[in-house]
Amino acid sequence: MTAVVSLNRVTVEFPAVDGEGVVRALDDVSLDFRDNEFVVALGASGCGKTTLLNVIAGFLQPTSGEVLHRDEPIRGPGSDRGVVFQKHALLPWLNVLENTEFGLKLQGVAKDERLSRARDYLALVGLSDFERYPVYQLSGGMQQRVGLARALTCDPDMLLMDEPLGALDAFTRENMQELVLDAWSKTRKVVFFITHSVEEALFMATRLIVMSPRPGRITHTYDIGFCRRFLETGNARAVKSSPEFIALREEILSIIYGEETGDVLP
Amino acid sequence: MRLGLFGRRGPQAVEQYGAPGRGSGTAISAVTIIVILGGWWVVTQLGLIRPLFLPAPEMVISKFARIACTEHYFEQLLVVAGGLAEVQAKCHGFSDHALHEHILWSLYRVFGAFALATVTAVPIGISMGMSRHARGVFDPPIEFYRPIPPLAYLPLTIIWFGIGESGKLFLIYLACFAPIAINARAGVRSVSIEQIHAAYSMGASHRQVLRQVVLKAALPEILTGMRVAIAFGWTTLVAAEMVAAKAGIGVMVLNAARFLATDIVFLGIIVIGAVAFVFDLIMRRVERALVPWKGRM
Ligand SMILES: Nc1ncnc2c1ncn2[C@@H]1O[C@H](COP(=O)(O)OP(=O)(O)OP(=O)(O)O)[C@@H](O)[C@H]1O
Ligand SMILES: [Mg+2]
Repeated sequence: MTAVVSLNRVTVEFPAVDGEGVVRALDDVSLDFRDNEFVVALGASGCGKTTLLNVIAGFLQPTSGEVLHRDEPIRGPGSDRGVVFQKHALLPWLNVLENTEFGLKLQGVAKDERLSRARDYLALVGLSDFERYPVYQLSGGMQQRVGLARALTCDPDMLLMDEPLGALDAFTRENMQELVLDAWSKTRKVVFFITHSVEEALFMATRLIVMSPRPGRITHTYDIGFCRRFLETGNARAVKSSPEFIALREEILSIIYGEETGDVLP
Repeated sequence: MRLGLFGRRGPQAVEQYGAPGRGSGTAISAVTIIVILGGWWVVTQLGLIRPLFLPAPEMVISKFARIACTEHYFEQLLVVAGGLAEVQAKCHGFSDHALHEHILWSLYRVFGAFALATVTAVPIGISMGMSRHARGVFDPPIEFYRPIPPLAYLPLTIIWFGIGESGKLFLIYLACFAPIAINARAGVRSVSIEQIHAAYSMGASHRQVLRQVVLKAALPEILTGMRVAIAFGWTTLVAAEMVAAKAGIGVMVLNAARFLATDIVFLGIIVIGAVAFVFDLIMRRVERALVPWKGRM
Protein backbone atom coordinates (compact mmCIF):
# COMPACT_ATOMS: atom_id res chain seq x y z
CA MET A 1 0.00 0.00 0.00
CA THR A 2 1.52 3.32 -0.99
CA ALA A 3 1.61 6.06 1.57
CA VAL A 4 -0.72 9.05 1.28
CA VAL A 5 2.11 11.30 2.37
CA SER A 6 5.67 10.25 2.89
CA LEU A 7 8.69 12.13 4.15
CA ASN A 8 12.05 10.87 3.06
CA ARG A 9 15.09 12.00 5.07
CA VAL A 10 13.71 15.48 5.53
CA THR A 11 15.91 18.11 7.12
CA VAL A 12 14.82 21.67 7.83
CA GLU A 13 17.25 24.32 8.97
CA PHE A 14 16.56 27.88 10.09
CA PRO A 15 19.13 30.61 10.53
CA ALA A 16 19.96 30.87 14.24
CA VAL A 17 18.75 33.90 16.16
CA ASP A 18 22.28 35.18 16.83
CA GLY A 19 22.89 35.15 13.08
CA GLU A 20 25.60 32.50 13.31
CA GLY A 21 25.06 28.90 12.35
CA VAL A 22 21.70 27.24 11.94
CA VAL A 23 18.93 25.66 13.99
CA ARG A 24 18.03 22.16 12.87
CA ALA A 25 14.28 22.13 13.39
CA LEU A 26 14.07 18.71 11.71
CA ASP A 27 16.98 16.36 11.33
CA ASP A 28 16.77 13.55 8.80
CA VAL A 29 13.14 12.68 9.50
CA SER A 30 11.50 9.85 7.56
CA LEU A 31 7.82 9.11 8.08
CA ASP A 32 4.93 7.55 6.15
CA PHE A 33 1.25 8.33 6.57
CA ARG A 34 -0.97 5.49 5.39
CA ASP A 35 -4.69 5.40 4.71
CA ASN A 36 -6.95 5.88 7.69
CA GLU A 37 -4.11 6.48 10.11
CA PHE A 38 -4.34 8.89 13.02
CA VAL A 39 -0.78 10.00 13.70
CA VAL A 40 -0.14 12.11 16.77
CA ALA A 41 3.10 13.99 17.38
CA LEU A 42 4.08 14.68 20.95
CA GLY A 43 7.14 16.41 22.29
CA ALA A 44 8.63 19.31 24.18
CA SER A 45 8.26 22.83 22.88
CA GLY A 46 10.64 23.55 20.02
CA CYS A 47 11.14 19.95 18.91
CA GLY A 48 9.93 20.67 15.40
CA LYS A 49 6.31 19.51 15.45
CA THR A 50 4.95 22.62 13.75
CA THR A 51 7.85 22.58 11.33
CA LEU A 52 6.95 19.01 10.38
CA LEU A 53 3.33 20.00 9.83
CA ASN A 54 4.32 23.05 7.78
CA VAL A 55 6.47 20.89 5.54
CA ILE A 56 3.58 18.51 4.88
CA ALA A 57 1.13 21.38 4.36
CA GLY A 58 3.55 22.90 1.86
CA PHE A 59 4.04 26.17 3.77
CA LEU A 60 7.73 25.34 4.13
CA GLN A 61 10.20 23.70 1.75
CA PRO A 62 12.67 21.30 3.38
CA THR A 63 16.35 22.16 3.28
CA SER A 64 16.99 18.64 2.06
CA GLY A 65 15.04 15.44 1.57
CA GLU A 66 11.74 14.90 -0.20
CA VAL A 67 8.08 15.11 0.75
CA LEU A 68 5.66 13.17 -1.44
CA HIS A 69 1.90 13.19 -1.66
CA ARG A 70 0.77 10.01 -3.44
CA ASP A 71 4.24 9.81 -4.98
CA GLU A 72 4.12 13.40 -6.27
CA PRO A 73 6.47 15.95 -4.69
CA ILE A 74 4.70 18.57 -2.56
CA ARG A 75 5.51 22.02 -3.89
CA GLY A 76 3.08 24.12 -1.94
CA PRO A 77 -0.20 24.10 -0.05
CA GLY A 78 -3.20 22.50 -1.71
CA SER A 79 -6.76 21.48 -1.02
CA ASP A 80 -5.73 17.80 -0.80
CA ARG A 81 -4.23 18.58 2.63
CA GLY A 82 -6.60 20.42 4.97
CA VAL A 83 -5.29 22.33 7.96
CA VAL A 84 -6.96 23.06 11.31
CA PHE A 85 -5.16 25.75 13.27
CA GLN A 86 -5.00 26.43 16.98
CA LYS A 87 -6.75 29.80 16.53
CA HIS A 88 -7.08 33.02 14.52
CA ALA A 89 -7.86 31.15 11.34
CA LEU A 90 -11.59 31.76 10.83
CA LEU A 91 -12.78 34.70 8.77
CA PRO A 92 -14.87 36.96 11.03
CA TRP A 93 -16.64 38.73 8.14
CA LEU A 94 -18.30 35.42 7.21
CA ASN A 95 -20.87 33.57 9.28
CA VAL A 96 -20.55 29.92 10.30
CA LEU A 97 -22.02 28.54 7.08
CA GLU A 98 -20.05 30.92 4.86
CA ASN A 99 -16.82 30.01 6.65
CA THR A 100 -17.56 26.35 6.16
CA GLU A 101 -18.24 26.64 2.43
CA PHE A 102 -15.37 29.10 1.86
CA GLY A 103 -12.97 26.49 0.47
CA LEU A 104 -15.50 25.19 -2.05
CA LYS A 105 -16.26 28.75 -3.07
CA LEU A 106 -12.57 29.34 -3.75
CA GLN A 107 -12.58 26.23 -5.89
CA GLY A 108 -15.57 27.47 -7.88
CA VAL A 109 -18.04 24.79 -6.77
CA ALA A 110 -21.67 25.65 -7.54
CA LYS A 111 -23.66 27.24 -4.77
CA ASP A 112 -26.16 24.44 -4.18
CA GLU A 113 -23.53 21.78 -3.84
CA ARG A 114 -21.41 24.05 -1.69
CA LEU A 115 -24.22 24.64 0.74
CA SER A 116 -25.31 21.03 0.96
CA ARG A 117 -21.77 19.81 1.61
CA ALA A 118 -21.09 22.54 4.15
CA ARG A 119 -24.34 21.67 5.94
CA ASP A 120 -23.40 17.99 6.05
CA TYR A 121 -20.14 18.75 7.82
CA LEU A 122 -21.70 21.31 10.14
CA ALA A 123 -24.12 18.57 11.16
CA LEU A 124 -21.18 16.23 11.69
CA VAL A 125 -19.62 18.66 14.18
CA GLY A 126 -22.98 19.43 15.74
CA LEU A 127 -23.33 23.05 14.60
CA SER A 128 -26.44 22.81 12.41
CA ASP A 129 -28.31 25.25 14.62
CA PHE A 130 -25.58 27.89 14.37
CA GLU A 131 -25.35 28.32 10.58
CA ARG A 132 -26.18 32.03 10.63
CA TYR A 133 -24.09 32.93 13.66
CA PRO A 134 -21.16 35.28 13.23
CA VAL A 135 -18.08 33.28 14.21
CA TYR A 136 -16.89 35.88 16.70
CA GLN A 137 -19.95 35.17 18.82
CA LEU A 138 -19.10 31.49 19.21
CA SER A 139 -17.22 29.92 22.10
CA GLY A 140 -13.66 28.71 21.54
CA GLY A 141 -14.78 25.08 21.23
CA MET A 142 -17.43 25.96 18.68
CA GLN A 143 -14.93 27.99 16.68
CA GLN A 144 -12.66 24.96 16.53
CA ARG A 145 -15.56 22.85 15.32
CA VAL A 146 -16.15 25.36 12.51
CA GLY A 147 -12.45 25.09 11.67
CA LEU A 148 -12.76 21.31 11.52
CA ALA A 149 -15.94 21.41 9.43
CA ARG A 150 -14.33 23.92 7.07
CA ALA A 151 -11.30 21.69 6.52
CA LEU A 152 -13.45 18.57 6.03
CA THR A 153 -15.77 20.30 3.56
CA CYS A 154 -12.89 20.56 1.08
CA ASP A 155 -12.66 16.77 1.27
CA PRO A 156 -8.87 16.53 1.63
CA ASP A 157 -6.92 13.25 1.73
CA MET A 158 -5.22 14.34 4.86
CA LEU A 159 -6.06 16.55 7.80
CA LEU A 160 -3.27 18.46 9.55
CA MET A 161 -4.05 19.76 13.02
CA ASP A 162 -1.60 21.88 15.02
CA GLU A 163 -2.67 21.82 18.66
CA PRO A 164 -6.30 22.31 17.62
CA LEU A 165 -7.54 21.78 21.17
CA GLY A 166 -4.69 23.56 22.93
CA ALA A 167 -6.67 26.70 23.73
CA LEU A 168 -9.73 24.92 25.15
CA ASP A 169 -10.67 24.20 28.75
CA ALA A 170 -10.31 20.62 29.98
CA PHE A 171 -13.98 19.71 29.72
CA THR A 172 -14.52 21.13 26.23
CA ARG A 173 -11.24 19.57 25.23
CA GLU A 174 -12.34 16.03 26.13
CA ASN A 175 -15.60 16.49 24.27
CA MET A 176 -13.70 17.74 21.26
CA GLN A 177 -11.35 14.76 21.35
CA GLU A 178 -14.34 12.48 21.02
CA LEU A 179 -15.84 14.66 18.31
CA VAL A 180 -12.61 14.64 16.28
CA LEU A 181 -12.34 10.86 16.56
CA ASP A 182 -15.94 10.52 15.54
CA ALA A 183 -15.39 12.74 12.50
CA TRP A 184 -12.23 10.82 11.65
CA SER A 185 -13.97 7.44 11.78
CA LYS A 186 -16.80 8.71 9.60
CA THR A 187 -14.66 10.47 7.00
CA ARG A 188 -11.70 8.07 7.01
CA LYS A 189 -9.07 10.74 6.49
CA VAL A 190 -5.42 10.44 7.33
CA VAL A 191 -4.86 12.71 10.30
CA PHE A 192 -1.68 14.32 11.58
CA PHE A 193 -2.39 15.80 14.98
CA ILE A 194 -0.04 17.77 17.23
CA THR A 195 -0.56 18.04 20.96
CA HIS A 196 1.23 18.76 24.21
CA SER A 197 -1.01 16.47 26.21
CA VAL A 198 0.24 12.92 26.71
CA GLU A 199 -3.22 11.68 27.57
CA GLU A 200 -4.74 13.26 24.50
CA ALA A 201 -2.02 11.79 22.32
CA LEU A 202 -2.52 8.28 23.68
CA PHE A 203 -6.27 8.49 23.49
CA MET A 204 -6.44 9.65 19.90
CA ALA A 205 -3.53 8.08 18.06
CA THR A 206 -3.31 4.94 16.02
CA ARG A 207 0.37 5.82 15.85
CA LEU A 208 2.13 8.04 18.31
CA ILE A 209 5.46 9.65 17.50
CA VAL A 210 7.50 11.22 20.26
CA MET A 211 9.86 13.95 19.13
CA SER A 212 12.87 15.48 20.75
CA PRO A 213 14.54 18.87 20.21
CA ARG A 214 17.99 20.10 19.16
CA PRO A 215 18.02 18.73 16.57
CA GLY A 216 14.34 17.94 16.02
CA ARG A 217 13.84 14.24 15.39
CA ILE A 218 11.54 11.31 16.07
CA THR A 219 12.81 9.29 19.01
CA HIS A 220 9.97 6.85 19.69
CA THR A 221 7.07 5.43 17.74
CA TYR A 222 4.13 3.54 19.23
CA ASP A 223 1.35 1.73 17.38
CA ILE A 224 -1.65 1.92 19.66
CA GLY A 225 -5.38 1.41 19.47
CA PHE A 226 -7.10 3.17 22.33
CA CYS A 227 -9.06 5.31 19.88
CA ARG A 228 -10.47 2.22 18.16
CA ARG A 229 -11.47 0.88 21.54
CA PHE A 230 -13.23 4.14 22.27
CA LEU A 231 -15.03 4.14 18.93
CA GLU A 232 -16.29 0.62 19.61
CA THR A 233 -17.41 1.20 23.18
CA GLY A 234 -18.10 4.94 23.21
CA ASN A 235 -16.76 5.12 26.74
CA ALA A 236 -13.83 7.51 26.90
CA ARG A 237 -13.44 7.39 30.68
CA ALA A 238 -13.17 3.61 30.68
CA VAL A 239 -10.46 3.77 28.02
CA LYS A 240 -8.51 6.49 29.78
CA SER A 241 -8.63 4.75 33.15
CA SER A 242 -7.70 1.32 31.87
CA PRO A 243 -4.43 -0.13 33.27
CA GLU A 244 -2.79 -0.37 29.82
CA PHE A 245 -3.53 3.27 29.15
CA ILE A 246 -2.12 4.39 32.47
CA ALA A 247 0.98 2.24 32.13
CA LEU A 248 1.76 3.60 28.68
CA ARG A 249 1.02 7.14 29.84
CA GLU A 250 3.57 6.82 32.63
CA GLU A 251 6.12 5.33 30.25
CA ILE A 252 5.79 8.23 27.86
CA LEU A 253 5.79 10.80 30.62
CA SER A 254 9.05 9.38 31.91
CA ILE A 255 10.55 9.59 28.42
CA ILE A 256 9.61 13.24 28.15
CA TYR A 257 10.67 14.11 31.69
CA GLY A 258 13.87 12.11 31.27
CA GLU A 259 14.77 14.24 28.30
CA GLU A 260 14.00 17.46 30.09
CA THR A 261 16.12 16.63 33.13
CA GLY A 262 18.83 15.07 31.01
CA ASP A 263 18.51 11.65 32.66
CA VAL A 264 19.10 8.59 30.59
CA LEU A 265 16.33 6.13 31.24
CA PRO A 266 16.66 2.36 30.93
CA MET B 1 -24.72 38.95 9.29
CA ARG B 2 -25.11 42.54 8.19
CA LEU B 3 -26.81 45.10 10.31
CA GLY B 4 -28.53 47.82 8.36
CA LEU B 5 -26.66 51.10 8.17
CA PHE B 6 -29.02 52.67 10.64
CA GLY B 7 -30.39 49.47 12.09
CA ARG B 8 -30.23 48.35 15.66
CA ARG B 9 -26.88 47.76 17.25
CA GLY B 10 -25.48 44.28 17.67
CA PRO B 11 -25.61 42.70 21.11
CA GLN B 12 -23.54 44.84 23.43
CA ALA B 13 -20.75 43.08 25.25
CA VAL B 14 -21.11 42.90 29.02
CA GLU B 15 -18.80 45.41 30.68
CA GLN B 16 -15.72 43.69 32.03
CA TYR B 17 -14.45 44.39 35.52
CA GLY B 18 -11.47 46.72 35.35
CA ALA B 19 -11.81 47.41 31.63
CA PRO B 20 -10.24 50.84 31.01
CA GLY B 21 -12.83 53.62 30.70
CA ARG B 22 -15.82 51.51 31.69
CA GLY B 23 -19.32 52.93 31.50
CA SER B 24 -21.02 55.51 29.32
CA GLY B 25 -19.76 59.09 29.21
CA THR B 26 -22.80 60.48 27.37
CA ALA B 27 -24.52 62.02 30.38
CA ILE B 28 -21.34 63.73 31.48
CA SER B 29 -20.78 65.05 27.96
CA ALA B 30 -24.29 66.49 27.96
CA VAL B 31 -23.54 68.32 31.21
CA THR B 32 -20.26 69.66 29.78
CA ILE B 33 -22.05 71.02 26.73
CA ILE B 34 -24.76 72.63 28.82
CA VAL B 35 -22.15 74.23 31.10
CA ILE B 36 -20.22 75.64 28.15
CA LEU B 37 -23.31 77.02 26.39
CA GLY B 38 -24.75 78.31 29.66
CA GLY B 39 -21.45 79.96 30.58
CA TRP B 40 -21.31 81.59 27.17
CA TRP B 41 -24.83 82.92 27.56
CA VAL B 42 -24.31 84.21 31.12
CA VAL B 43 -21.00 85.91 30.36
CA THR B 44 -22.41 87.77 27.33
CA GLN B 45 -25.69 88.55 29.10
CA LEU B 46 -23.81 90.21 31.95
CA GLY B 47 -21.77 92.17 29.43
CA LEU B 48 -18.50 90.91 30.87
CA ILE B 49 -16.89 90.56 27.44
CA ARG B 50 -17.37 92.86 24.47
CA PRO B 51 -19.31 91.34 21.53
CA LEU B 52 -16.30 91.95 19.31
CA PHE B 53 -14.49 89.26 21.26
CA LEU B 54 -17.40 87.09 22.24
CA PRO B 55 -20.76 87.65 20.55
CA ALA B 56 -23.88 86.57 22.41
CA PRO B 57 -25.46 83.25 21.35
CA GLU B 58 -28.58 85.04 20.13
CA MET B 59 -26.44 87.23 17.86
CA VAL B 60 -24.98 84.13 16.28
CA ILE B 61 -28.44 82.63 15.92
CA SER B 62 -29.84 85.72 14.28
CA LYS B 63 -26.84 85.81 11.92
CA PHE B 64 -27.59 82.21 11.12
CA ALA B 65 -31.20 83.09 10.25
CA ARG B 66 -30.00 85.97 8.11
CA ILE B 67 -27.26 84.15 6.23
CA ALA B 68 -29.23 80.97 5.83
CA CYS B 69 -32.15 83.09 4.55
CA THR B 70 -34.55 81.10 6.70
CA GLU B 71 -37.40 83.57 6.16
CA HIS B 72 -36.91 83.60 2.40
CA TYR B 73 -37.01 79.84 2.14
CA PHE B 74 -39.87 79.53 4.57
CA GLU B 75 -41.95 81.86 2.40
CA GLN B 76 -40.93 79.91 -0.67
CA LEU B 77 -42.26 76.81 1.03
CA LEU B 78 -45.54 78.57 1.74
CA VAL B 79 -45.81 79.60 -1.91
CA VAL B 80 -45.35 76.03 -3.01
CA ALA B 81 -47.90 74.89 -0.46
CA GLY B 82 -50.29 77.54 -1.76
CA GLY B 83 -50.50 79.54 1.47
CA LEU B 84 -48.80 82.63 0.04
CA ALA B 85 -48.93 84.45 -3.28
CA GLU B 86 -45.29 85.46 -3.65
CA VAL B 87 -42.01 85.53 -1.75
CA GLN B 88 -41.46 88.85 0.02
CA ALA B 89 -38.35 88.25 2.13
CA LYS B 90 -35.00 88.82 0.41
CA CYS B 91 -32.10 86.40 0.62
CA HIS B 92 -28.94 88.32 1.48
CA GLY B 93 -26.60 85.54 2.54
CA PHE B 94 -22.99 86.50 3.08
CA SER B 95 -20.38 87.27 0.44
CA ASP B 96 -23.12 86.87 -2.21
CA HIS B 97 -23.99 83.35 -1.17
CA ALA B 98 -26.55 81.86 1.18
CA LEU B 99 -25.28 79.61 3.95
CA HIS B 100 -26.26 76.39 2.21
CA GLU B 101 -24.26 77.41 -0.85
CA HIS B 102 -21.20 77.98 1.30
CA ILE B 103 -21.75 74.59 2.91
CA LEU B 104 -22.26 72.84 -0.42
CA TRP B 105 -19.09 74.33 -1.88
CA SER B 106 -17.08 73.19 1.13
CA LEU B 107 -18.70 69.76 1.07
CA TYR B 108 -17.88 69.45 -2.61
CA ARG B 109 -14.22 70.31 -1.97
CA VAL B 110 -13.78 68.10 1.07
CA PHE B 111 -15.65 65.11 -0.32
CA GLY B 112 -14.29 65.44 -3.83
CA ALA B 113 -10.76 65.37 -2.46
CA PHE B 114 -11.67 62.65 0.03
CA ALA B 115 -13.15 60.43 -2.69
CA LEU B 116 -10.08 60.91 -4.89
CA ALA B 117 -7.84 60.14 -1.94
CA THR B 118 -9.80 57.00 -1.09
CA VAL B 119 -9.71 55.50 -4.57
CA THR B 120 -5.97 56.15 -4.90
CA ALA B 121 -4.70 55.66 -1.34
CA VAL B 122 -6.43 52.33 -0.64
CA PRO B 123 -4.80 50.47 -3.55
CA ILE B 124 -1.45 52.13 -2.85
CA GLY B 125 -1.62 51.34 0.87
CA ILE B 126 -2.63 47.74 0.16
CA SER B 127 0.19 47.32 -2.33
CA MET B 128 2.61 48.79 0.21
CA GLY B 129 1.51 46.15 2.66
CA MET B 130 1.72 43.37 0.09
CA SER B 131 4.96 44.12 -1.72
CA ARG B 132 8.33 45.40 -0.66
CA HIS B 133 8.73 47.07 -4.04
CA ALA B 134 5.64 49.20 -3.60
CA ARG B 135 6.67 49.92 -0.02
CA GLY B 136 10.12 50.97 -1.17
CA VAL B 137 8.68 53.32 -3.78
CA PHE B 138 5.89 54.98 -1.80
CA ASP B 139 7.26 55.04 1.72
CA PRO B 140 9.77 57.91 1.36
CA PRO B 141 7.45 60.45 -0.32
CA ILE B 142 4.54 59.73 2.01
CA GLU B 143 6.62 59.82 5.15
CA PHE B 144 8.31 63.00 3.95
CA TYR B 145 5.27 65.08 3.16
CA ARG B 146 3.00 63.70 5.89
CA PRO B 147 4.21 65.86 8.81
CA ILE B 148 4.41 69.08 6.76
CA PRO B 149 1.53 71.46 7.57
CA PRO B 150 -0.67 72.08 4.51
CA LEU B 151 -0.19 75.86 4.90
CA ALA B 152 3.49 75.34 4.13
CA TYR B 153 2.85 73.87 0.70
CA LEU B 154 -0.20 75.98 -0.05
CA PRO B 155 1.93 78.46 -2.09
CA LEU B 156 3.27 75.54 -4.10
CA THR B 157 -0.21 74.32 -5.01
CA ILE B 158 -1.02 77.84 -6.24
CA ILE B 159 2.09 77.93 -8.39
CA TRP B 160 1.32 74.49 -9.80
CA PHE B 161 -2.44 74.60 -10.14
CA GLY B 162 -3.26 78.30 -10.18
CA ILE B 163 -6.09 79.71 -8.11
CA GLY B 164 -8.87 77.50 -9.49
CA GLU B 165 -10.60 74.57 -7.87
CA SER B 166 -7.94 71.98 -8.67
CA GLY B 167 -5.36 73.52 -6.34
CA LYS B 168 -7.87 73.54 -3.48
CA LEU B 169 -8.82 69.93 -4.15
CA PHE B 170 -5.18 68.96 -4.33
CA LEU B 171 -4.40 70.50 -0.96
CA ILE B 172 -7.23 68.63 0.76
CA TYR B 173 -6.40 65.50 -1.23
CA LEU B 174 -2.89 65.47 0.19
CA ALA B 175 -4.23 65.84 3.70
CA CYS B 176 -6.59 62.87 3.21
CA PHE B 177 -4.19 60.65 1.30
CA ALA B 178 -1.57 59.84 3.93
CA PRO B 179 -3.83 58.56 6.72
CA ILE B 180 -5.75 56.30 4.33
CA ALA B 181 -2.61 54.87 2.75
CA ILE B 182 -0.90 54.32 6.09
CA ASN B 183 -3.94 52.65 7.63
CA ALA B 184 -4.55 50.45 4.60
CA ARG B 185 -0.96 49.31 4.82
CA ALA B 186 -1.33 48.58 8.53
CA GLY B 187 -4.56 46.73 7.76
CA VAL B 188 -2.74 44.33 5.51
CA ARG B 189 -0.39 43.60 8.39
CA SER B 190 -3.32 42.75 10.63
CA VAL B 191 -4.23 39.64 8.61
CA SER B 192 -3.21 36.60 10.61
CA ILE B 193 -0.85 34.19 8.91
CA GLU B 194 -3.27 31.41 9.88
CA GLN B 195 -6.03 33.01 7.83
CA ILE B 196 -3.74 33.19 4.82
CA HIS B 197 -2.43 29.66 5.28
CA ALA B 198 -5.97 28.35 5.72
CA ALA B 199 -7.02 29.94 2.43
CA TYR B 200 -4.04 28.54 0.54
CA SER B 201 -4.63 25.08 1.95
CA MET B 202 -8.21 25.22 0.69
CA GLY B 203 -6.92 25.79 -2.81
CA ALA B 204 -6.93 29.60 -3.01
CA SER B 205 -4.87 31.40 -5.65
CA HIS B 206 -2.75 34.43 -4.75
CA ARG B 207 -5.41 36.63 -6.24
CA GLN B 208 -8.15 35.03 -4.18
CA VAL B 209 -6.11 35.40 -1.02
CA LEU B 210 -5.62 39.09 -1.79
CA ARG B 211 -9.25 39.81 -2.61
CA GLN B 212 -11.10 37.50 -0.27
CA VAL B 213 -8.83 37.45 2.75
CA VAL B 214 -6.36 40.33 2.86
CA LEU B 215 -8.69 43.06 1.61
CA LYS B 216 -11.49 41.97 3.91
CA ALA B 217 -9.23 41.70 6.92
CA ALA B 218 -7.81 45.15 6.17
CA LEU B 219 -11.25 46.73 5.95
CA PRO B 220 -11.55 47.82 9.61
CA GLU B 221 -8.29 49.69 9.39
CA ILE B 222 -9.10 51.17 6.00
CA LEU B 223 -12.29 52.57 7.48
CA THR B 224 -10.36 53.98 10.44
CA GLY B 225 -8.03 55.66 7.96
CA MET B 226 -10.99 57.13 6.11
CA ARG B 227 -12.40 58.50 9.33
CA VAL B 228 -9.12 60.15 10.21
CA ALA B 229 -8.80 61.42 6.63
CA ILE B 230 -12.19 63.11 6.61
CA ALA B 231 -11.26 64.93 9.82
CA PHE B 232 -7.96 66.03 8.23
CA GLY B 233 -9.93 67.19 5.21
CA TRP B 234 -12.04 69.55 7.33
CA THR B 235 -8.91 70.76 9.10
CA THR B 236 -7.35 71.70 5.78
CA LEU B 237 -10.48 73.25 4.33
CA VAL B 238 -9.94 76.80 5.61
CA ALA B 239 -6.37 76.81 4.33
CA ALA B 240 -7.56 75.60 0.94
CA GLU B 241 -10.22 78.32 0.75
CA MET B 242 -7.81 81.10 1.69
CA VAL B 243 -6.93 81.65 -1.92
CA ALA B 244 -9.47 83.18 -4.29
CA ALA B 245 -12.48 81.09 -3.36
CA LYS B 246 -15.85 82.77 -3.89
CA ALA B 247 -17.92 80.54 -1.66
CA GLY B 248 -17.26 78.08 1.12
CA ILE B 249 -17.49 78.03 4.88
CA GLY B 250 -13.78 78.79 5.12
CA VAL B 251 -14.26 81.81 2.86
CA MET B 252 -17.13 82.95 5.03
CA VAL B 253 -15.02 82.78 8.17
CA LEU B 254 -12.05 84.53 6.56
CA ASN B 255 -14.12 87.32 5.07
CA ALA B 256 -16.04 87.81 8.31
CA ALA B 257 -12.75 88.09 10.18
CA ARG B 258 -11.67 90.85 7.83
CA PHE B 259 -14.77 92.88 8.79
CA LEU B 260 -14.41 91.88 12.45
CA ALA B 261 -17.83 90.21 12.22
CA THR B 262 -17.10 87.90 15.10
CA ASP B 263 -20.62 86.48 15.18
CA ILE B 264 -20.23 85.19 11.62
CA VAL B 265 -16.81 83.77 12.46
CA PHE B 266 -18.50 81.91 15.31
CA LEU B 267 -21.26 80.76 13.03
CA GLY B 268 -18.75 79.41 10.49
CA ILE B 269 -16.78 77.60 13.15
CA ILE B 270 -19.92 76.02 14.58
CA VAL B 271 -21.09 74.96 11.12
CA ILE B 272 -17.74 73.33 10.29
CA GLY B 273 -17.72 71.58 13.65
CA ALA B 274 -21.29 70.37 13.25
CA VAL B 275 -20.83 69.10 9.69
CA ALA B 276 -17.58 67.33 10.59
CA PHE B 277 -19.25 65.80 13.64
CA VAL B 278 -22.20 64.52 11.62
CA PHE B 279 -19.89 62.86 9.13
CA ASP B 280 -17.86 61.29 11.89
CA LEU B 281 -21.08 59.84 13.28
CA ILE B 282 -21.99 58.49 9.86
CA MET B 283 -18.55 56.93 9.49
CA ARG B 284 -18.96 55.25 12.86
CA ARG B 285 -22.31 53.85 11.76
CA VAL B 286 -20.76 52.62 8.55
CA GLU B 287 -18.02 50.96 10.59
CA ARG B 288 -20.49 49.22 12.82
CA ALA B 289 -22.46 48.02 9.84
CA LEU B 290 -19.54 46.90 7.69
CA VAL B 291 -17.08 45.57 10.26
CA PRO B 292 -19.09 44.43 13.29
CA TRP B 293 -16.29 42.03 14.18
CA LYS B 294 -13.79 44.84 14.74
CA GLY B 295 -11.90 44.33 18.01
CA ARG B 296 -13.79 41.13 18.74
CA MET B 297 -11.66 38.51 17.03
N1 LIG C 1 10.56 30.72 11.01
C1 LIG C 1 11.54 30.29 11.84
N2 LIG C 1 12.73 30.93 11.87
C2 LIG C 1 13.72 30.51 12.69
N3 LIG C 1 13.62 29.47 13.52
C3 LIG C 1 12.46 28.80 13.55
C4 LIG C 1 11.35 29.18 12.71
N4 LIG C 1 10.32 28.34 12.96
C5 LIG C 1 10.77 27.49 13.88
N5 LIG C 1 12.04 27.74 14.25
C6 LIG C 1 12.84 27.00 15.22
O1 LIG C 1 12.72 25.63 14.90
C7 LIG C 1 12.56 24.86 16.08
C8 LIG C 1 11.30 24.04 15.99
O2 LIG C 1 10.18 24.91 16.00
P1 LIG C 1 8.68 24.39 15.91
O3 LIG C 1 7.80 25.59 15.84
O4 LIG C 1 8.56 23.41 14.82
O5 LIG C 1 8.51 23.68 17.33
P2 LIG C 1 7.22 23.02 17.95
O6 LIG C 1 7.57 21.62 18.26
O7 LIG C 1 6.04 23.25 17.10
O8 LIG C 1 7.09 23.82 19.30
P3 LIG C 1 5.76 24.20 20.10
O9 LIG C 1 5.36 22.95 20.79
O10 LIG C 1 6.22 25.24 21.07
O11 LIG C 1 4.76 24.69 19.13
C9 LIG C 1 12.59 25.82 17.24
O12 LIG C 1 13.87 25.83 17.79
C10 LIG C 1 12.31 27.15 16.61
O13 LIG C 1 12.96 28.18 17.30
MG1 LIG D 1 4.18 24.38 17.33
